[in-house]
Amino acid sequence: MLRRTLYWSSHYLLIGLYVLFALFPLFWLIKVALTPNDLLYSEGIRLWPSRTSLEHFRFVLAHSEFPLFFRNSLIVSAGTAVSVTLVSAAGGYGLSRFTFRGKPLLVALMLITQMFPLVMLVAPMFRLLAPIGLTNSLTGLVIVYTAFNAPFATFLMQSFFDAIPKELEEAAMIDGATRFGAFRRIILPLTLPGIAATGGFVFTAAWSELLFALMLNSSSRASTFPVGLLSFVSKFSVDFGQMMAAGVLALIPACLFFFLIQRYLVRGLTAGAVKG
Amino acid sequence: MSAIDISGVSKRFGNTPILHEITLAVEAGEFVVLVGPSGCGKSTLLRMIAGLEEVSAGEIRIGGTLVNDLPPKARDIAMVFQSYALYPHMSVADNMAYSLRLRRTPKQDIKTAIHAAAAKLGLGPLLERKPKALSGGQRQRVAMGRAIVRRPKAFLFDEPLSNLDARLREHMRAEIKKLHRELGATSIYVTHDQIEAMTLADRIVAMNGGHIQQVGSPLELYDRPANLFVAGFIGSPAMNMFPANFSRRDGRPTLVHPAFTLTLEDDCALQDGAALTVGIRPEHIELGAGSIQGIVDLVEPTGLGTIAHLTLAGTSLKAFGLTRPPLMVGASVSLDLPVHNLHLFDADGVRVRR
Repeated sequence: MLRRTLYWSSHYLLIGLYVLFALFPLFWLIKVALTPNDLLYSEGIRLWPSRTSLEHFRFVLAHSEFPLFFRNSLIVSAGTAVSVTLVSAAGGYGLSRFTFRGKPLLVALMLITQMFPLVMLVAPMFRLLAPIGLTNSLTGLVIVYTAFNAPFATFLMQSFFDAIPKELEEAAMIDGATRFGAFRRIILPLTLPGIAATGGFVFTAAWSELLFALMLNSSSRASTFPVGLLSFVSKFSVDFGQMMAAGVLALIPACLFFFLIQRYLVRGLTAGAVKG
Repeated sequence: MSAIDISGVSKRFGNTPILHEITLAVEAGEFVVLVGPSGCGKSTLLRMIAGLEEVSAGEIRIGGTLVNDLPPKARDIAMVFQSYALYPHMSVADNMAYSLRLRRTPKQDIKTAIHAAAAKLGLGPLLERKPKALSGGQRQRVAMGRAIVRRPKAFLFDEPLSNLDARLREHMRAEIKKLHRELGATSIYVTHDQIEAMTLADRIVAMNGGHIQQVGSPLELYDRPANLFVAGFIGSPAMNMFPANFSRRDGRPTLVHPAFTLTLEDDCALQDGAALTVGIRPEHIELGAGSIQGIVDLVEPTGLGTIAHLTLAGTSLKAFGLTRPPLMVGASVSLDLPVHNLHLFDADGVRVRR
């Protein structure tokens, strides 16, 4: 009995410590965002300021270009999530269900794309995209992000398809469906948790990407919010309050997105009760 | 109801041959069981009939139509899978209705068909449930229901009872047999379980190594196995096999074993001194009679009867009887091997005609 209590209390203690460790930066973000400018440097390091204000949020929303960056980020991230999910669902299904000539080579190539640092590709990418007018463009970013996220997402989707027994499609095809019909009506509904997980993963990856967004798009018209955050860093000072306020606002869509797909994620963990 | 004709059908996966020129004619309304150990190609053959595997060579006809290049949906067959393959996101009723909806059957007809099938299979109260809320036996019934609502040209069963426990398997076996009698549908049933094959089949097709070993009624296979494989595969406890030599003593055909000699009643076309494998079913060995002496190794009471393990001059035999003889382990027992119940196989394992 004592051992059990001890076991569970240390269990929760460790989880608690981890959660604290993981969430502390988030807490600091919110704390700084709520601290008025005059207290930011005068109060020293305190867990909570003596007075809070929403002045940074007001400034960011009304007087900065942040709303534009935010909108750009939404478009790019959602666009990337949709296009990667479509590509990776189709590709993952193909890898999971068919054997074809050159499949091992294709898989190897897809893995190779994941192996080298993206910095290496910035210059060639710029050279490729500039002549066709895809720099300083949200479309350009969506294409680049799709290209970089598709391989991993495809492997992810493949594992979800692998978990669905082949017999289900075969049963559907014998019942009178075409292969595509079986995919659409039987397999796709069962893969929704996987699709949601993949979409969520890709959305957050695109949402926080800085390197390409910074290098390919120089005009603020086509900047995403991670680039926008940098604009709070000037030559002489860093406006921490506004930067953190912008950061807090940037968390909202990612949180909302995960809130929406959460039930699919949870179902994804418990699904698979296909046969007895 | 349609006949299924398989002629010269082969299957290779890459360079690996799986099936070698299989020829088999299944009559309309017949219940044929493909039986064999795993890897013998029986499931592959079934999947080729269903259209789930391509045919490497040969022809498959369903109801006279060549179906080699037709997709599964165009073959009008129904299949019950080992894993049941129920659509987990659909209710029992929707699972059964799916094929009819794809055929644009009028709603009222779908309803009638589902209720008729549900009544037949005792699924009435479960129609609104999802597969995950069903027991193994209930899932199996739904899989059957999904097949019968369509009234297809033929039913294909791929080890449908393998995932059930022994008692339920016995029960469903009887139900499948009854269902077949009611519907009279052409059925091809794949199993590795020889009891299922014996009890269900009009005709058994015993397969091994991608070849058909023997085709015949269950009792034909049991009473006159064509070769050593069939002799050893059909029947439980399995047929006893031991080596012996053939000779003609005083002009009479005789089997010579280190522990005994047996004089055959009728002659056969064998050379003097030919090496044979002799088979005898456990229930044909008579204990407590005859002149052959064996040592009792082990006694297994099954309740129904007794299985006695015996050794005689290095040969192990199992004898089965419905009685409960007072056998002592280690003691000697006399036994008789009635010659009319012996099966003789030549050096190639092929049955010797007598």
